[in-house]
Amino acid sequence: MKTHRKLKTLGRFGLSAVAAAMLLLSPADSSRAAGEGATLPSIDWSFSGPFGTFDQGQLQRGYKVFREVCSACHSMNLVSFRNLAEEGGPGFSPEQVKVIASEFEVEDGPNDDGDMFMRPAIASDRFPTPFDNEQIARLANGGAFPPDLSLLAKARVGGVDYLYALLTGYEEAPADMELAVGMNYNAYFPGHQIAMPQPIFEGSVDYDDGTPGTVDNYSQDVAAFMMWAAEPKLEARHKLGFKVFLFLLIFSGLLYAAKRKVWSTVH
Amino acid sequence: MSELHGEPYQPQSGFMKWMESRLPIMGLLYPTAVTFPTPRNLNYWWTFGGILMFCLTVQIMTGIVLAMHYVPHVDMAFESVEHIMRDVNFGWLLRYVHANGGSMFFIAVYIHMFRGLYYGSYKAPREILWILGVVLFILMMATAFMGYVLPWGQMSFWGATVITSLFSAIPYVGDMITQLLWGGFAVDNPTLNRFFSLHYLLPFMIVGVVVLHIWALHVTGNNNPTGLNVKSKQDTLPFHPFYTAKDGFALVVFILFFAMFVFFAPNILGDPINYEKANSLVTPEHIVPEWYFLPFYAILRAIPDKLGGVIVMFGAIMVLFILPWLDTSKVRSASFRPLYRQFFWVLVIVCIGLGYLGAKPPEGAYVVWSRILTAYYFFHFLVILPVLGLVERPRTLPQSITQSVLGKDDGGQAESKG
Ligand code: HEC
Ligand code: HEM
Repeated sequence: MKTHRKLKTLGRFGLSAVAAAMLLLSPADSSRAAGEGATLPSIDWSFSGPFGTFDQGQLQRGYKVFREVCSACHSMNLVSFRNLAEEGGPGFSPEQVKVIASEFEVEDGPNDDGDMFMRPAIASDRFPTPFDNEQIARLANGGAFPPDLSLLAKARVGGVDYLYALLTGYEEAPADMELAVGMNYNAYFPGHQIAMPQPIFEGSVDYDDGTPGTVDNYSQDVAAFMMWAAEPKLEARHKLGFKVFLFLLIFSGLLYAAKRKVWSTVH
Repeated sequence: MSELHGEPYQPQSGFMKWMESRLPIMGLLYPTAVTFPTPRNLNYWWTFGGILMFCLTVQIMTGIVLAMHYVPHVDMAFESVEHIMRDVNFGWLLRYVHANGGSMFFIAVYIHMFRGLYYGSYKAPREILWILGVVLFILMMATAFMGYVLPWGQMSFWGATVITSLFSAIPYVGDMITQLLWGGFAVDNPTLNRFFSLHYLLPFMIVGVVVLHIWALHVTGNNNPTGLNVKSKQDTLPFHPFYTAKDGFALVVFILFFAMFVFFAPNILGDPINYEKANSLVTPEHIVPEWYFLPFYAILRAIPDKLGGVIVMFGAIMVLFILPWLDTSKVRSASFRPLYRQFFWVLVIVCIGLGYLGAKPPEGAYVVWSRILTAYYFFHFLVILPVLGLVERPRTLPQSITQSVLGKDDGGQAESKG
């Protein structure tokens, strides 16, 4: 039958045409990553991979960078001081957390006289916000709002690699680029103009564990700290995941053997 | 045609005899779930029905517990989800299972549907079974869409805004429908409240339709890879232990796949921007739905006219309802339809292609390709299928299911051999 063969070739042709089209279209994909074309440096984080865990020393250093630099402009609303002493985190002791918390003032009240008052923070308080409201934050930052840092490690394409890249991505603007007033050039920020001035420089923070105070170290450490803030149960998840996986592997093996046995009578 | 039954239940203990003479529930369940005669040649593509029941159960169980901690209010929804992630015991596990469970559900349902397409399971006498399946698919999409709004992230809000606004394209009643969905004049707190209520309700409607789906299945019996009707008892095996063993194994492998996402890549299927709280003043650069809606989203945007896009998008699902009457072939299984088999794979690639295009910005070559693939999608169902059944010459069918398995129909000897 002639139509028969024609249809068959048509089918084949359709198949290969669509496959070819898909191949042609796919390379366009990779350019949409954060930073519009600038490929992110990939860091060998201690917490990546299925067995990854946080490096406590790194989280403690990261906290120090956050405390001394970033917290001047950024809030971290979803994190409480007590979290700093919880398992799978920076591993501060409860006593250290008390001290850390007491360095911050938070508003409380109303008291019996109906007045709001300030008191030193305690472990159960959240990290206080540096500005009373968004308007004031914008006023202090040339109209831009410093976003809350609690979830940023999960809220950006590229995740924690992007955070590291952003913090190390401050450069001289190319000669042909006109920066708007108050804007800074950053190789990785989408559009390359960011309102945040370069926050960290060599020696900005004194590390007490002997780690060199380089921009690179600060950026990695504070990015790791933000990853923990966004995903405080990461270690618990990896640990449980490993057990569940092992169990399921063995269980599926047993079930396969059982299935083979049951079916051996009819094949 | 009456319902297919396996061996009836014989109560053994005194208690069960007492029970069965008052509430014969085992008498009902046993022949339909334990001894149910099932074709002996079902392959692993047939395990996805059971996997879907598992997915539904998991969504309902994790969902009920999530709902105990979740707060459906625009000021608190986002924070309450983070509270679940951080402070509720194993809350992170519940949420990651539920959020990834939605994706797993759709992976399973797409495999299940394409299985039906390949083996012609929608053909007589299984039209109603298939149609109930399409109803389930629509209910699932509605449920997942509203569920995605609940965490009240940026994509929750903007996805909801884009999709609900579509209804305003309907002439005369469009604005009324949109305002009814919103409970006001924009996506806001009343929208979140009603979506939460409906997101809790719809899964139980799904359970109801699943019961009908299984009921219809138990009247016609399973289709099978040969597409042949069951002709004799030796073409079948009792569901238990044969298919409980096979389905059980497949299910655990599926859970392994599921667990990979939950424990090691829980956010890979989600859009990062949904970890930013909804903000009606800041529109995300690309508004993209969850992956399982992307083919339909591509179809929607392929049409330059809003109403036209909505009609064509819904048409893409509606066409599935009349599929049993569009396919004119007398042979069910693609294994014996050399041409249809190729067109089937073209359709699979076209659907994947549409999914890819749905994630791209609606511009340039992407739009052109969306249009070509959308046209092809309808061409497949409305032209290729009716014509193919008339012109295609199927391969010779085996005499029976048993013959296809054993190479010969041995009149029941196989059952007793070692
Ligand atoms: C002087 C105030 C200030 C300090 C100090 C500061 N930031 Fe920022 N940050 C901002 C502002 C303002 C923005 C908003 C930028 C914009 O939208 O253009 C911002 C934005 C960001 C972003 C979001 C970028 C994006 O993709 O949207 C990150 C991440 C960030 N800051 C991290 C940090 C870290 C880490 C530190 C500490 C090392 C820090 N910032 C210190 C003001 C500050
Ligand atoms: C058909 C089954 C279901 C599907 C496909 C489904 C799908 C979803 C999806 C995709 C989300 C968004 C997850 C996220 O991004 O965070 C969600 C959230 C939610 N669902 Fe469901 N769901 C189902 C059943 C249920 C049921 C039965 C309940 C309650 C009884 C429920 C309660 C919730 C709650 C409280 C949330 C918000 C918390 C969260 O975002 O994690 N779901 N659902």
